[in-house]
Amino acid sequence: MSPSLTQGSQHRWLLTLLTLTVVLLSLAPSLRLLVEALSDLTQGGNAPLWRVLQSASTWRALSHSLYTSGLGMLIALALGSLFAFVITLTDIRGKAWLVFCFMLPMMIPPQVTALSWLQLFGPASPLLKSIGMAPPLGSPQPLYSAEGITLLLGIQSAPLVFLALRTSLLSLPRELVEAARISGARQNQVWRHIVLPVTRSGLVAGSAMAFISSLGNFGIPAMLGIPAGYYVLPTLIYQRMASFGTGVLAEMAALSLLIGVLALAGVALQQHWMGRSRFGLVGHSGRAHDFSLGRFRALVTVLLVSVLLVILVAPLVALVVSSLVPAMGVPLNADTATLNAYHEVIGRQGATWRAMRNSFWLAGGAAVVLMLCSLPLAYRLQRLPARLQNLTLSIIELPYALPGVVLAIACILLFVRPLPIINVALYGTLGLIFVAYLARFLVVCLKPVSASLAQLDPSLEEAAQLAGAGPWRRLSTIVMPLIAPALFAGGLLVFLLAVNELTVSALLWSAGNETLGVLIFNLDEGGESVLASAVSVLVVLMVASLMLSLSLLAPRLPKGVVPWQG
Amino acid sequence: MAGLTLKQVTKQFGEHKAVDGLSLTVEPGEFVALLGPSGCGKTTMLRMLAGFEQVSGGEIHLGDQLLASEQHHVLPEQRNMAMVFQSYALWPHMSVADNVGYPLKLRGVRGADYQRRVEQALSLVALEPYAQRTPQDLSGGQRQRVALARCLVTDPSVVLLDEPLANLDRHLRASMEHSFADFHRRTEATMVYVTHDQSEAMALADRIAVMQAGKLVQWATPETLYREPRTSWVASFIGQGSQLMISTGAPGRRLGGNELMQGLASPAAQRHQAVLVRPEHIQVHPEAPSEQDLTARVERQTFRGERYEIHLRMQGGETLLAYHPHALKLGQQVALTLLEGWCLEPDQ
Ligand SMILES: Nc1ncnc2c1ncn2[C@@H]1O[C@H](COP(=O)(O)OP(=O)(O)OP(=O)(O)O)[C@@H](O)[C@H]1O
Ligand SMILES: [Mg+2]
Repeated sequence: MSPSLTQGSQHRWLLTLLTLTVVLLSLAPSLRLLVEALSDLTQGGNAPLWRVLQSASTWRALSHSLYTSGLGMLIALALGSLFAFVITLTDIRGKAWLVFCFMLPMMIPPQVTALSWLQLFGPASPLLKSIGMAPPLGSPQPLYSAEGITLLLGIQSAPLVFLALRTSLLSLPRELVEAARISGARQNQVWRHIVLPVTRSGLVAGSAMAFISSLGNFGIPAMLGIPAGYYVLPTLIYQRMASFGTGVLAEMAALSLLIGVLALAGVALQQHWMGRSRFGLVGHSGRAHDFSLGRFRALVTVLLVSVLLVILVAPLVALVVSSLVPAMGVPLNADTATLNAYHEVIGRQGATWRAMRNSFWLAGGAAVVLMLCSLPLAYRLQRLPARLQNLTLSIIELPYALPGVVLAIACILLFVRPLPIINVALYGTLGLIFVAYLARFLVVCLKPVSASLAQLDPSLEEAAQLAGAGPWRRLSTIVMPLIAPALFAGGLLVFLLAVNELTVSALLWSAGNETLGVLIFNLDEGGESVLASAVSVLVVLMVASLMLSLSLLAPRLPKGVVPWQG
Repeated sequence: MAGLTLKQVTKQFGEHKAVDGLSLTVEPGEFVALLGPSGCGKTTMLRMLAGFEQVSGGEIHLGDQLLASEQHHVLPEQRNMAMVFQSYALWPHMSVADNVGYPLKLRGVRGADYQRRVEQALSLVALEPYAQRTPQDLSGGQRQRVALARCLVTDPSVVLLDEPLANLDRHLRASMEHSFADFHRRTEATMVYVTHDQSEAMALADRIAVMQAGKLVQWATPETLYREPRTSWVASFIGQGSQLMISTGAPGRRLGGNELMQGLASPAAQRHQAVLVRPEHIQVHPEAPSEQDLTARVERQTFRGERYEIHLRMQGGETLLAYHPHALKLGQQVALTLLEGWCLEPDQ
């Protein structure tokens, strides 16, 4: 396998060096956090970890976190499994559209989701005002509550359950269902005895993912919980950092450790069940069994469409309405409709332009850098022994699996002092956010590339090798063109996630260094809901068009790279 | 146990007719094979029998019950059939015993009766020691037997088998063929067996339906199929033999040796009738042929243990296959006696 030793080993060394660097960078923040959180344990009761564990607010926030994430998971489970079962297994029509619309909430940033729901309810809702259904002034905003948070967390993470379940349903060979039917099982018995047991692990894994994602969510509990004084762990950290600054870093590290451990426990649970779901099914899968809905088809279609109307269309309509009125509480009609908010955010507000520019630079830069790293990295990883490969992948996944707040705290700890030797201070600059994005989103870019590389027939490269192509030439002329769509999709996904990111940047931004996510959050916090809505509408349009362009790319990608395509 | 009647059954996928006007009557307890080359519509026909596909035209009856027509469709779970899938389709989350017992559970069989019947079914395929394993821990042949046991645990009126031996190696195939025959003898169920392997079909079936491009070409016992194939295509598909053109005879007639040899002697322009001559109906005389004899040259020979297969070429250029106990010399001229031949229909 090594035709020319010197060149072969040189190229392997370079790639190995890159891999080691990436692994170290992925691991460094978590290790730094661990060291900080466990420091001074010898001081007994005064150690930061003990202080945090003794504080009542910690336990209150923990119980709030568990409550909202737990209930949110149940909502996600109900919604996600309804859609997954119906869309995957029955003969309902318009499947592609249903999937796209159901997946959209996952891609819309949480702060926008929260904002749009806030526009839907409450006495000042322009939509309710316009249709004359607004509650009297002074009545409370129902979403400023634990249940409001729970509902939105559930809607936001339902696509995760949907995806996990759909994957496991699609790999269910239809012979298994047919064998049961010919044994005499009626449709409902087929569900209870075959479909549910075989896909149970997919359900559990999806629920675990929904739980982890809700646990780490910042945008929703921040916008709905902080006004009501209802704090979960991520917003507690945010609020402390906002009030006391870096002085409380040690305690925040301890708090982060707490969420981190919870999230990782969830990840472990999910991996365990994912492993169990691999029954090694034989048979012709891929074409799932079509349960005939018969005369219930219209009814079921109406049900799904109305769920989508409630969870997607209504809040988005409210958002659009809010962006078109002169001020909150004014009904929308021919006289009041105005594009002022858009003029304001695009034309005059210096902060909007700055935030957009920042976010585009950060997301675009991260996407490009990660695309450049992903190919050689995936290439080297593929040649590692399976166990080492899995370990490396888990390490790279760590910054993404951890809640964003945890990563943010870890990055502050790591860079709060100027870098040694070169003496550059990253803290308080866009550079810090950039580094955090690189660590967080590497795995998003790497996964499609790895999947695509794994599908590549090794003989293609071997043929080039026999023809005399050296390793770099093979990588650039054979592998790269074949992997390009996956690489591009990875980059696009990174951009999509990073450009709307709030959780990490909420803790890392500083004046002049706002991101798009922070901008919406700050506008809403400052009572500028109309402006926030206008920015959000632009963001939703951007998300939808990026998703559509990914869909166009989908036929050239390995299965599963574009999450909302079967 | 009941017979099956198929009347003009048709299945259309878009423009393409996968099964085209297929009619046949299967007697109760009969073991029939659907035989044909890949893509001729066998699986589609079987799935229509099971009820997984709706028919586009025609009717299927079980005994005197209408199972399927264009307007009417009895669901698979109400047909009281059983099926062995090519991929076995064992449920991965159930043990071997649970897999086998599942159809019983659905029929409300419980307790000691349930235990007894599961054990009985497992013992029939010699798998009792494996009852508590999961299907993933079994070999291909064992999975096959579990699927079979699941079929026989209830008393299905029809058992459908879709190329059940395709995934197995040659030795296992032979022993499984044996157990199918055995299974059929014991249960006396009506069985429909899909295969593209003619020797499998000949060995197992009472009657064989030969299919070509969705159409039924011949429906007969293995012996008839071998001795009296209807068309040229069937003759070349089943068994070995040579097809010659002669000037006498008519489709569906058996010709004696003399008639055959005379028909062969006519000038080529008058020979319009295809005739099948099986190798066992050709006598080869190695001693130097005389003027009147039909002669041929030895082109190639293959040793088959008990005999040699001799590939001959006649003066007119036609090839013939014959058997001979001893090896001959390549290029040697031999005299031939043809004992009988079977006149074929041309292909549509
Ligand atoms: N669901 C379907 N939609 C469209 N065409 C189909 C479908 N199922 C089968 N066909 C077509 O019908 C024809 C017959 O298919 P069938 O599976 O019955 O063949 P078969 O005789 O079982 O072949 P094999 O021996 O290879 O299994 C094929 O041309 C196939 O492509
Ligand atoms: Mg088939």
